[in-house]
Amino acid sequence: MNAASNEAAPVAVAPLATDLVSERKPQRHWRGMAEAVVIPAGALLVAMAVFGIFCAFAGANPFGVYGSIRKAAFGSWYSFQNTLVHAAPVMLCALCTAIPLRLGMVIIGNEGALVMGGLGATIAGTHWTSLPPTMALIAMAVAGMVFGGLWIMACGAMKLYRGVNEVISSLLMNYIAIAVLNHLVNGPMRDPTSLNKPSSYPIPDANALGTIPGTFVHWGLVYGVVACLLVWFLMERTTYGFQVRIIGGNIRAARIVGLPVGLITLSACLLAGACAGLAGMVEVAAVQGRANESLAAGYGYAGILVAFVGRANALGVLLVSILLGGILASGGILQRQHHLSDATVLVFQGIVFVAILYSDSLYGRFKIFQERAQA
Amino acid sequence: MNGTESIGWLGVPLAIAAGAVRGSSPFLFVSLGECLTEKSGKINLGLEGTLLMGAMSAYAVSYKTGSPWTGVIVGGLAGAGMGLLHSWLSQLPRVNDIAVGIALFILGSGLAFFIGDPFIEPMAPPLGVLNLGSWSHIPQLQAALKISPLLVLGIALAFAMHWFFLNTRWGMFIRAVGDNPSAARAQGISVKGVRTLSITTGSFFAGVGGAYLSLVYPGSWSRLVSSGQGLMAVALVIFARWNPKACLGASLLFGGAQAVGPALQAAGIQSYYYLFNAAPYVLTLAIMVLTCTPKRALAGAPGALGTGE
Amino acid sequence: MHRLKTLRSKIMNKLYFTALAAALVGAGVAQAADAVKMGFIYVGPKDDYGYNQAHAEGCAGVQKLAWVKAEEEASVPETTAVEETMRNMIMQDGVTVLFPTSFGYFDPHILKLAKQFPDVQFFHCGGLYVEGKHPKNVGSYFGYIDEAEYVCGIVAAESSKSKRLGFIAAKPIPQVLRNINSYTLGARSVVPDVTVQVIFTGDWSLPVKEAEAANSLIDQGIDVLTCHVDSPKVVITTAEKRGVMCTGYHANQSVLAPKGYLTGAEWNWTKVYSQYAQWISEGKSLTAGTIPHLIRGGLKEGFCAVSPYGPMVSDKAKADAEAAKAKFMDGTMVIYKGEIKDNQGNVVVPAGTGLKQQDISLESMSWLVEGVIGKTGG
Repeated sequence: MNAASNEAAPVAVAPLATDLVSERKPQRHWRGMAEAVVIPAGALLVAMAVFGIFCAFAGANPFGVYGSIRKAAFGSWYSFQNTLVHAAPVMLCALCTAIPLRLGMVIIGNEGALVMGGLGATIAGTHWTSLPPTMALIAMAVAGMVFGGLWIMACGAMKLYRGVNEVISSLLMNYIAIAVLNHLVNGPMRDPTSLNKPSSYPIPDANALGTIPGTFVHWGLVYGVVACLLVWFLMERTTYGFQVRIIGGNIRAARIVGLPVGLITLSACLLAGACAGLAGMVEVAAVQGRANESLAAGYGYAGILVAFVGRANALGVLLVSILLGGILASGGILQRQHHLSDATVLVFQGIVFVAILYSDSLYGRFKIFQERAQA
Repeated sequence: MNGTESIGWLGVPLAIAAGAVRGSSPFLFVSLGECLTEKSGKINLGLEGTLLMGAMSAYAVSYKTGSPWTGVIVGGLAGAGMGLLHSWLSQLPRVNDIAVGIALFILGSGLAFFIGDPFIEPMAPPLGVLNLGSWSHIPQLQAALKISPLLVLGIALAFAMHWFFLNTRWGMFIRAVGDNPSAARAQGISVKGVRTLSITTGSFFAGVGGAYLSLVYPGSWSRLVSSGQGLMAVALVIFARWNPKACLGASLLFGGAQAVGPALQAAGIQSYYYLFNAAPYVLTLAIMVLTCTPKRALAGAPGALGTGE
Repeated sequence: MHRLKTLRSKIMNKLYFTALAAALVGAGVAQAADAVKMGFIYVGPKDDYGYNQAHAEGCAGVQKLAWVKAEEEASVPETTAVEETMRNMIMQDGVTVLFPTSFGYFDPHILKLAKQFPDVQFFHCGGLYVEGKHPKNVGSYFGYIDEAEYVCGIVAAESSKSKRLGFIAAKPIPQVLRNINSYTLGARSVVPDVTVQVIFTGDWSLPVKEAEAANSLIDQGIDVLTCHVDSPKVVITTAEKRGVMCTGYHANQSVLAPKGYLTGAEWNWTKVYSQYAQWISEGKSLTAGTIPHLIRGGLKEGFCAVSPYGPMVSDKAKADAEAAKAKFMDGTMVIYKGEIKDNQGNVVVPAGTGLKQQDISLESMSWLVEGVIGKTGG
């Protein structure tokens, strides 16, 4: 939140990054690995227990509720597909927060970048209608990524050159993006035949992004998984990722060793925004077929939390997105089988995330997971 | 009916001013709450959830007890409860306050919706207003000068907080903790205690802001009643440079901005209302770009903000 | 308070069901043999005191039929989420009749699912079905609630002292414009120089903007307010607080404004849903062509209703309103009868032409009639 510049207050951003991305000593020992499994699992169990009590108060049988959640989220291939459909846009949005976190920047403009990406993809998809489907999809994806990327890069630039706090600027950019979307689809971009739900012209059906054969999950999931893997490789296994982490760890040191801080900051923001923009492209190409207000469905805000809970690690993001997808997929059955309010799934989500965030403070607190003193 | 006469174009500035008076209180309370929170060195991005909890519990209690003031107090306490949770979680090691804020935003809105649904339809007794405009015979002015006692309280609170930070020992403690926790700890100040109190009290204010939404203006409980006002608190505080008196100005500005679109339409300007609705956000961003500088921290910025310390 | 409001509709429902049950027994339908499994999906919460609640009450109404089993899901956004909900209702709950009630569910979500599940019938609220273009197992229904708005306009115009009415609307889309126009035409049918000032808030539920719009209109000297937003509660209570009159929408809101509530336009979805239930229990279907693909109705068909008059309505206003209502009930009323000009001076319905309610051109209305102060352009 410190609006201070990188230069003037390097320490201001640095501890945040170390805080998050766990510069804990690598614990290759099995005890460390067990800790990394047991703590989040324990947090989930506690969250389930608390949620069970909540359900009991609301008049539902907690064990019935557990059964339904399992059935609705992970119980069968059918229900797991539901989970994956929910997870797909969230993982791309989460990368938009996760990448800049490595730089020590907290970007919460995912929703805006998604919307801009959707707009970009729509403009491309409705402009080049005669392209063969593959080319059209590539054009849409590139346009979406460029729009989303520039949107977040603007936040990075405002931070870099004007010292504008990126949490605030990216939050405000969300509202601005949604206003731009509404203005365009209600005015200049409106398809006059979209009578009662103002929308842009549709992209041709032939250029729509279909489903993965044998499933009802759209290809956006593959985009998401591939993006997570690529980002993981880039951040953990390349020089670029190493440089990003150095800047996140100590920006002054990074400057002293001559890293191009500005270039890396801007490019990381561009990459982050491109991920959310791609999510917007997927919403347009695979789900809505056009741009309208349904683009801003809250995936961006979910993504922020997923990035933090996944500890800003792209593989963590992948796993946590699927967990969140499971929670969201069980929302319906809580209403239909247990007659709980539609708000129950929000409560469930809140409890799970609070528990997991709490559990982050427990690492290193249990003796059993600590390595014995070296001889 | 009061035989209202049209006042034509004069209506636009009046409507914006009246909108500022009517609509600024929630902004004022959340920004003062956030200001107190941030002065102690932590951020609470979850005030949207706090606002909703406050709005819902105030409305529900006012409906059940028939006493809106009891509602306001319970709304504040509900907010304080959320604040206590935030202060506990955000001070744990390796837990980021922004993440906690968003988690509690989700949890708070979920709880408020869950508990609040049966209260959407009934009418709760609203909070009374002070008729400061009875000297005037212009009905529009009379209506604009119906001021909620909560706004008066909020204004008093802004000045009180300003004085408190500058002139009291406790105010100094909070600033010390927010600027440099290690130094404060060395002086024997309980960082944890100060932050817990600041965050909880700040959330109490936000809860009262929620009560204003449901009991004064727009004066009923619904799920979308807060429409992002709690999220904007962080922007308002930075806009006001962590100065409680400036929070008052910023809140009036944002409250007035909400009235711009409808007022212009009522006077006949019919286009671009989506863009008008986004005006406050563009304005804030523009001012920040113009006034911030990468050379040094903003005056008034608590040093420990965002450091995880 | 809730009970007060629903009491009347309960009585109406009871009468209706007694009649329906008698009809069914008469027709010799085996009632308990096969339960009709219906799924209802709402875009917002079930108790919003507005659009979604009106549908949820319709669902509650049809569930009273012993042979109907209904599943409900609320707050389902117009994304993959609604596709999932429809699929789950079909695959997990065995629902064979779906009522996804939000307008934005239709394209692409309902169309996508309808192709995948040709044996399930999808009924969408909004009147979007086009013969030949959309799958056979999709149908549309909608109510001509603008007829009730026309009657409200009459009452509003005769109650207003300033001859200036205010209309707070979400978006300039055809459904909304039609309500504004019918309201205005009703008003001007009795008081020709009355005007209706429109404010578009930009979205379906923005409580603070709606309150701001209401206050601005009142400050401009308007003394009767109405609205077309998801939940009219804020507009109605603001009007009452400022001491002006109002007419309601979606449901009867008279308890919110005991002084100033004149009347209102209400839905009665129970009627529609029960009709569908009956057809399905008789083995009829969209695919076989035995259930019409488009169902629309107004006051006459009982799809919507006019709220009881409030204390401020004069006898003359009541008489004029009742006269208009009678013409709707016997089918002789034509709201859009030429010559009608829009508020830019263009003739939109030429002299000698009368557009009946069923006229499809009314469903793509993009103009505001003379007497409305406001513009449709974004």
